[in-house]
Amino acid sequence: MRSLALGATLVATTTLTPLAALAETEIQFWHAFTGRLGELVAEQVATFNESQSDYTVNATHKGNYSETLNAGIAAFRAGEQPHILMVFEVGTATMMGAQGAIRPVYEVMAGDDFDPDAYIGAVKGYYTTTDGQMLSLPFNSSTPVLWVNRDALSGAGIDPDTDLSTWQNVDAVLDQLAEAGHDCPLTTAWQSWIHLENLSAYHDVPFATKDNGFAGLDTELAFNGTVQVQHISAMGEWAEEGKFIYAGRRNEGGANFRAGECALFTESSAGYAGIKSEAQFEFDVRPLPYWEGVEGAPQNTIIGGASLWVMEGHEPAEYDAAGAFLNFLSSPEIQAKWHQDTGYLPITSAAGDLTREQGFYEQNPGTDVAVKQMTTNAPTANSKGLRLGSFDQIRGIIDEELEAVWSGDKDAQAALDSAVERGNQLLRRFERASN
Amino acid sequence: MEKRVTFKGWGLPLCLIAPQVFISAVFFFYPAGQAVWQSLFIPDPFGLSAQFVGLENFEYLLGDPYYRASFITTAIFSTLVTLAAMIPALFLAVLADRLVKSAGVYRTLLIWPYAVAPAVAGVLWLFMFNTRVGMVAWYLGQLGYDWNHVLNEGEAMGLVVVASAWGRISYNFLFFFAALQAVPRSIIEAAAIDGARFWRRFFTIVLPLLSPTTFFLLVVNIVYAFFETFGVIHTITSGGPQQATTILVYKVFSDGFVGQDLGSSAAQSVILLLVVGLLTVLQFKYIEKRVHY
Repeated sequence: MRSLALGATLVATTTLTPLAALAETEIQFWHAFTGRLGELVAEQVATFNESQSDYTVNATHKGNYSETLNAGIAAFRAGEQPHILMVFEVGTATMMGAQGAIRPVYEVMAGDDFDPDAYIGAVKGYYTTTDGQMLSLPFNSSTPVLWVNRDALSGAGIDPDTDLSTWQNVDAVLDQLAEAGHDCPLTTAWQSWIHLENLSAYHDVPFATKDNGFAGLDTELAFNGTVQVQHISAMGEWAEEGKFIYAGRRNEGGANFRAGECALFTESSAGYAGIKSEAQFEFDVRPLPYWEGVEGAPQNTIIGGASLWVMEGHEPAEYDAAGAFLNFLSSPEIQAKWHQDTGYLPITSAAGDLTREQGFYEQNPGTDVAVKQMTTNAPTANSKGLRLGSFDQIRGIIDEELEAVWSGDKDAQAALDSAVERGNQLLRRFERASN
Repeated sequence: MEKRVTFKGWGLPLCLIAPQVFISAVFFFYPAGQAVWQSLFIPDPFGLSAQFVGLENFEYLLGDPYYRASFITTAIFSTLVTLAAMIPALFLAVLADRLVKSAGVYRTLLIWPYAVAPAVAGVLWLFMFNTRVGMVAWYLGQLGYDWNHVLNEGEAMGLVVVASAWGRISYNFLFFFAALQAVPRSIIEAAAIDGARFWRRFFTIVLPLLSPTTFFLLVVNIVYAFFETFGVIHTITSGGPQQATTILVYKVFSDGFVGQDLGSSAAQSVILLLVVGLLTVLQFKYIEKRVHY
């Protein structure tokens, strides 16, 4: 009897196992998230795997953004590439240049569920071709906003509700804060992204020629124009007078703001979760300020974050799986939850509407500032996004040159001219490598 | 006088050096050859295509004033690291050598920092000198000195030098200490009887006897400063402010892994290889003459 049961189990397992394996197509998804974001990604993947029985997604963390991109590239060279790879926005041109290594998501996702118009233009625009086809799926997108420590303003005798929508007004407030003896009136994170890339888009001036690189690899940097020079020069003066405190190239300034040391802070809208959990003071989210008097401002800001790319070289069934997963991520419920949990922008209008219906914006005032700032105006050629090769490294050059302004070694015009010239050399090398 | 062993035939000697040759071939000659080969191309990151450009990558690099400036930065950095790692090590070794009681405890404690990986050492020093929460930065502030290595180039260089040299002091200490123990007591005692005081004995007798060790450590520390300090720089300054701490090996990383410009990165590796090779040859040719074994 016992041996019979054992035999039956054996037969059952040997016949059933291959069936189960056949039924499920397994795909690999490499991402760059740890901590709370890593948990939320794992949760999304688990929900997808449980929601159906045809496909299984395996999510793997591969380090930070740069490391994940490098891991994907190295894996492709070795023929071991994942199906879905998370790439930060500055790697977009690198991925696009890799014809033969990537498969556009509009092809992979095509089917009943896929409606390209459901996606928010300002978000997807960064990742579409000039004729509007989506090459990768925006996954986590944020945009810079102004964070305000209300207590610091009151402490300096300033009305915390004062209008901070223009840099002119901010300038006046910085003066008042400095007079009141405040040590850190303004600090920033991601200086190139906020004070050059977004500044350019927001004032509808080009960051680079050829529609910021969307229209061709022969693009040249153009961020040494009047608006940018005026802004960087103003910030240089603030730095000299101790009104702008430079904390570092990444988001080091966040620690100063969350500890209550800095009154104003320009940072990604995705800083919400961190600030909310740590700040021991009243804070506000305000739209990014603009320079009054510049024609076309405020236009719209552009995004930062990452998108999901589908890599070439896999079986057709695996592309079905990838398409199903990407469509699942785009569904309103999943998107709305992601938007509310993380502070990242929703990628579809439906997810934004659902969030509003659920009353999230009323309970968490300020969380919709970024959404409005992105979507009030239809993006122009200057505000759709950036598509520049070697851009991670160009940002490094910009960081170096801006540091020269903050320390008083160079004036804004000289620093930006030099950054443009050095960046152009990298663009020319990228153009050659891609041809 | 000298003892020499001669082998009969070739079989045994070849077998004996085979493991070393194999390791050098796999871990040095093959990758170095690959780097030389890649430096002649401008490839795309995914390896889908590559253009042969001859020596153009080298021309591009040497024509770049920022790359040339990075040679000077590297020279300053490696000189400072080598000095900051060797002089304190020698001083500590001399002191530890004079100890009669509990020398073992001091020795062990002095060796500890060597166990800390460069990147971790970088983070430790960064925390101490962090402009906002750093203890040392805070005390300096109390003394009226405004520490800001985020914008001050000299302070940034000082910080990465100290962080790089710190763990290395232990390593050098170990060698100096062993060498000091090997100095014959009889010579020291003879000099003492002749009336030479401690420091005179040290400079005229001990230091010359230490020269083989000092020379070895000089070569090893320069190579360390050139290649292995990457982790410290990456964690503390990322090469900034401006380009104040961008040493050659950091530029190899940033062009190769941030810029995905593999041609330029490979060319830089080749240049770096030549520079270090040349330095080592020079050291053996000129400095080794002053070494007494």
